[in-house]
Amino acid sequence: MNDTATLPLYGTSADPQPKITVRGLNFFYGSQQALFDNNLDIAPHRVTAVIGPSGCGKSTHLRVYNRIFELYRDQRATGTVLLNGEDIFSPKMNLLELRRRVGMIFQKPTPFPMSVFENVAYGIRLHYTVSKSELEGRVEEALKGAALWEEVRDLLHKPGTALSGGQQQRLCIARAIAVEPEVLLMDEPTSAIDPIATAKIEELIERLKGRYTIVIVTHNMQQAARISDFTAFFFKGYIVEFGETKQIFTNPKNKKTEEYITGRFG
Amino acid sequence: MPLRIQRDIVKLKNRLLEMGITIEEVFARAVQCVRERDAEAAKTIIAGDREIDLAEVDLEEECLKTLALNQPVAGDLRLIVTVLKINNDLERIGDLVVNMAERVITLAEHPEVELPFDFTRMAHTAHVMLHTAIESLVNIDRERAIEVLARDEEIDTMHREMYAMAGCMLREHPEKAEIILHAIALSRYLERIADHVTNIAEDVIYLVDGEIVRHHPHDKIHR
Amino acid sequence: MKKADNRRRREMADLGIKILSGAAAFIGIFFLGWILWTVARQGVAALSLDFFTKLPAPPGIAGGGLANAIVGTLIITFLATLLGVPLGLFTGVYLSEFGRDGRFGTLVRFTMNITMGIPSIIVGLFVYTVLVLPVGHFSAYAGAVSLAIIMLPVVARTTEDMLGLVPHALREAALALGMPRWRMILSILFRAARSGLLTGILLAVARVSGETAPLLFTAMSSPYWMKSLAEPTANLTVTIFNYAMSPFDDWKQLAWGAALLIMTAVLTVNILARFLLKEKTK
Repeated sequence: MNDTATLPLYGTSADPQPKITVRGLNFFYGSQQALFDNNLDIAPHRVTAVIGPSGCGKSTHLRVYNRIFELYRDQRATGTVLLNGEDIFSPKMNLLELRRRVGMIFQKPTPFPMSVFENVAYGIRLHYTVSKSELEGRVEEALKGAALWEEVRDLLHKPGTALSGGQQQRLCIARAIAVEPEVLLMDEPTSAIDPIATAKIEELIERLKGRYTIVIVTHNMQQAARISDFTAFFFKGYIVEFGETKQIFTNPKNKKTEEYITGRFG
Repeated sequence: MPLRIQRDIVKLKNRLLEMGITIEEVFARAVQCVRERDAEAAKTIIAGDREIDLAEVDLEEECLKTLALNQPVAGDLRLIVTVLKINNDLERIGDLVVNMAERVITLAEHPEVELPFDFTRMAHTAHVMLHTAIESLVNIDRERAIEVLARDEEIDTMHREMYAMAGCMLREHPEKAEIILHAIALSRYLERIADHVTNIAEDVIYLVDGEIVRHHPHDKIHR
Repeated sequence: MKKADNRRRREMADLGIKILSGAAAFIGIFFLGWILWTVARQGVAALSLDFFTKLPAPPGIAGGGLANAIVGTLIITFLATLLGVPLGLFTGVYLSEFGRDGRFGTLVRFTMNITMGIPSIIVGLFVYTVLVLPVGHFSAYAGAVSLAIIMLPVVARTTEDMLGLVPHALREAALALGMPRWRMILSILFRAARSGLLTGILLAVARVSGETAPLLFTAMSSPYWMKSLAEPTANLTVTIFNYAMSPFDDWKQLAWGAALLIMTAVLTVNILARFLLKEKTK
């Protein structure tokens, strides 16, 4: 079971520096270990998919990147995680700034209990001082970036919860990109959404990777195959295989990977 | 409880193997026909080709259905693609066998004329190659597949030798031109059958390795 | 034959339970209705402009009102709310956000539960000992404190519950945007649980506005207008207590009027609170 991925693995010899570098990451819920010696490189401006059966640690791993697990007292992580070469656990790292740079989209859409406009504006006001007109401009830009502007331009003062599920999720994406992040973490972003809205969001992700680095946890393998450039396969807290998506889905190196993606288990 | 795709794949493999065995058998009969100049048997072979064509179309449709319904990946995907390709190669071999049988009908009118090359040896080599290729598919045996690749060289050599011999014979016995032309055709058919068999072997290697080895010089394929 | 019998028996049992529970419900409604009717009938006669604007008249003389008691109740309840609600809110916040499984959190929760169970007269007695005896006189602020003590655990409990209903993902989404925790609590959490929190506060206010025993020992009563918070202050509930047991018909009449007033106020606040909650969960 000790097949940890070797790295870095993305493509040509002219590799840019990885956006996120993970070395020796272990994670604990109380005394129970959930992640074992994870090593991974996340390529910049690419979509990296994280797949694996339920309970294999993929969400846990994702939630280390923005240190959101620190909300819970009994959860802790050891090891190194670098964002652009900076240690995210170092005391010099400003936690709020880290979370601006690494945005997160959740499985169930979580609009704030305020208007559509306010949802997007809130984050901007949190991190920047801007004039009213500049604020409006940036809100519009963010909504456009999330392919939502046309649908909500006349609904800006309606509560965020009045939108459909797919729209709410895109609102959450707009909220996240409004603060100019470098990385977008997505934890099963379309599993609570209907297929047509899912297709829109997948299309959006394809566009977004031009500006941001995207890491997406999904239990839908066809989705991972469709939209990602790299895929990491997790099993029981270990990274079993990591590589280019096209290689993983035509000729995986590890037997367990093959068994999982052909549906033999999980 | 096997998944549907596992059941579908087993079905496809079995049908492909049936096809392979049928082709092997009809090839053997055709070779026999040529040696014995048996026009009647040849006609039977020609008539039977229709069934082979139908079987090929049928198997291809089954493959497409499985692809559409199951969206297979990795090993499953490679296997179905391999079945599709080998299915096609087998059908081509069947067509070439029919071509051989058609030549027999004419040759049967001149039973005494010898062929200007060692047809039996070439046919035997081709037959062994075909048999080995089918075996390598049955057992997904990479080693056997590589053996097939090695023997293709022999067939090519024999084909080249045949041209030399035919050229000689034509100069010495120009009245036998018609026979010589048929002989050249037979040799060419055998050589093309061997090519298709080689494709089959390469497809088996792809199935195992996940790497496409077509157009690789055969000595570069590492064991 | 057997099957038909069984069916018959089951149908009878069903009908029986239906009648029984219907009757019980009816009895409950009946008594509530009777109380409302009695208070309304007796009290409506006392309601007049004078009731709301005049001081009580000396016994035996007609006229007069309960203006000072109304104002007194309003002020004392308002002060109690000022004291009890913020404390209760933030205790609830602590319990929900920080004290879910720590030892201190468990201790606080336990204490809140106990406090809720303390009879209100004992709370009054306590505040009497601590805030009335040492200074030597009754006061409105002592009354407010005693009511605040009663309000605090109620507000804390509902706050904890309502905040607990907010899904975790919303908290995480706020933090993931780079929000400091205090901001998340005050801006996002409070707003999300807004109507539930308001309901909790309103219900707590309705509850204490009907308390008599604590005020008996702390604010007591007074026939005059209030001049400062540090003196005995008239209020509706103690007034009901005093006047209802007096031998004067005028005073008894005023007592009914006060009862009607309180009952109406409490009913209104309750209905408003429940309406708010329904709006939110729609």
